[in-house]
Amino acid sequence: MILRLSILFMVLCIASLTIGVQQLAWSDLLDGSKDAWLTLTASRIPRLIALILTGIGLSISGVILQHIVRNKFVEPATSGGLDAAKLGLLISLTMLPEANTSTKMIFAMLFCLAASLIFIAIINRIEFKNTVLIPVLGLMYGSVLSSIAEFYAYKNNILQSMQGWLLGDFSRVVQEHYELIYIILPVIILAYLYAHRFTVLGMGEEMSSSLGLGYASTAAIGLILVAITVSASVITVGTIPFVGLVIPNLVALKYGENLSRTLPIVALGGACLLILCDILGRLVIYPFEVPIGLTAGGVGGVMFLILILRGIK
Amino acid sequence: MITVQNLNKVYGTKSVLTDISLTFPTAGITSLIGPNGAGKSTLLMIIAKLLEPSSGHVSFNSRQISDIKTAEYAHRVATLRQSPGFNLRLTVEELISFGRFPYSRGHLTQDDKKIIEESIEFLDLQHLRNSYLDELSGGQRQMAFLAMTIAQKTDVLLLDEPLNNLDMRHAVQIMQALRRLCDEQGRTVLLVIHDINFAANYSDHIIALKNGTLKFNGTSEQVITETNLKSLYELDFEIIRSKHGCLCNYFNL
Repeated sequence: MILRLSILFMVLCIASLTIGVQQLAWSDLLDGSKDAWLTLTASRIPRLIALILTGIGLSISGVILQHIVRNKFVEPATSGGLDAAKLGLLISLTMLPEANTSTKMIFAMLFCLAASLIFIAIINRIEFKNTVLIPVLGLMYGSVLSSIAEFYAYKNNILQSMQGWLLGDFSRVVQEHYELIYIILPVIILAYLYAHRFTVLGMGEEMSSSLGLGYASTAAIGLILVAITVSASVITVGTIPFVGLVIPNLVALKYGENLSRTLPIVALGGACLLILCDILGRLVIYPFEVPIGLTAGGVGGVMFLILILRGIK
Repeated sequence: MITVQNLNKVYGTKSVLTDISLTFPTAGITSLIGPNGAGKSTLLMIIAKLLEPSSGHVSFNSRQISDIKTAEYAHRVATLRQSPGFNLRLTVEELISFGRFPYSRGHLTQDDKKIIEESIEFLDLQHLRNSYLDELSGGQRQMAFLAMTIAQKTDVLLLDEPLNNLDMRHAVQIMQALRRLCDEQGRTVLLVIHDINFAANYSDHIIALKNGTLKFNGTSEQVITETNLKSLYELDFEIIRSKHGCLCNYFNL
């Protein structure tokens, strides 16, 4: 299976490199055409790398959150994390207009982390823990954070531009404007090293302690990894919902949830879904582009609905 | 050896455990019995280091358990609670292999694999090893969780109502497995149990709690008497002994 997924991944990568407004013929590359090489190195390859890292990062974030919260419908978009990162970014932009990318990143990250902690505190106080109730709460919570962000943007007269640049879009990704996304790479490595522990987290606090795992510290590491990924992706490409929800659920249905075994499949699946959504977005109204936030939101939203209707326990 | 001294647990103004002091016997099955709200599970969770006592001490082999790290304690004491919220999609074999987590932290050695195999065989779970937990019956699930706890290879096993919601066949299977665990491997099993007949017939030792205080503590024969049970449960009892064991009848009296 991992082999078939890898082949699909390779095919999608090649397609992603070839498709675009600027015609790119492989023969030109072989002839050493400067234009062709420039398109490839300055635009197509950065875009592909950003897609792969974001896809892997978001699906891994989803699966980590699902293990911490012990709910299959939770992901950054359904737990307030994504909206909080947005809010943090906005505040850093207006309060510190001179701020460089890493300052913005830290703001977004801290907001995302704080929002996740508050979300966990809220659901721990709820007696009636229905599986579908928790993501619904998360969506409501996210909407509140989002309205705060929008109110703030409105007061600062940047509402329209904010809506534009916060919608996930990879067309902005060109050389020298996307390198922050590489911070997801160490996150992925750490997630692999911790895969076994995150699975134990998913068994709940008591069972984790009984197996000798420090529950709180492991959960904190998980939340930090999620916050880094979400904030880096929000700053570089904008918000992309549902990737972290759809892929882990599909993988769990077929391969279970033992992360040390399934994490590579989740990661590869996330990358494939995002590349696919991006290619779709580039073709739908060719030669123009639909932002990936819309295509991923559409594809992911429909799959989310199907999963709920199929009644995942 | 586990000893508790002047243990108290208070929730708000409600006292759940009051001044409990006792030494738990080593090797063999010890059952904690008593009516609902007696504090049995609370006592078990404090010993498991999953709950902090309000006052008092618990020691394991003369060391305070509060001084023992969670990771180290997991080498000595394994705890199995009721897990209705457990919704991870794992196969039986994967679950059991997590019993080795305290030692392997994720990288199973040959030794770990051997112990996992032994635990599967010990409970006859070979035919279920590749089934997912959410596809099993309650009894099969409980057997899988028990196998995981056994694979943890601790001297002491703490089980909170392991027979809850099980049919008679699975309940007997689990008690027989615990019996073998003590008799063949010399482990200590401490369990909270509601069915007085299972407690009477499979335990070496019985500890009875009522309203958070220690009521009786002794061998199975010493504790299981008509007068003791009557004062414990406020019900009339008739104890019928035969060569296969005893039957505590509390119906139609």
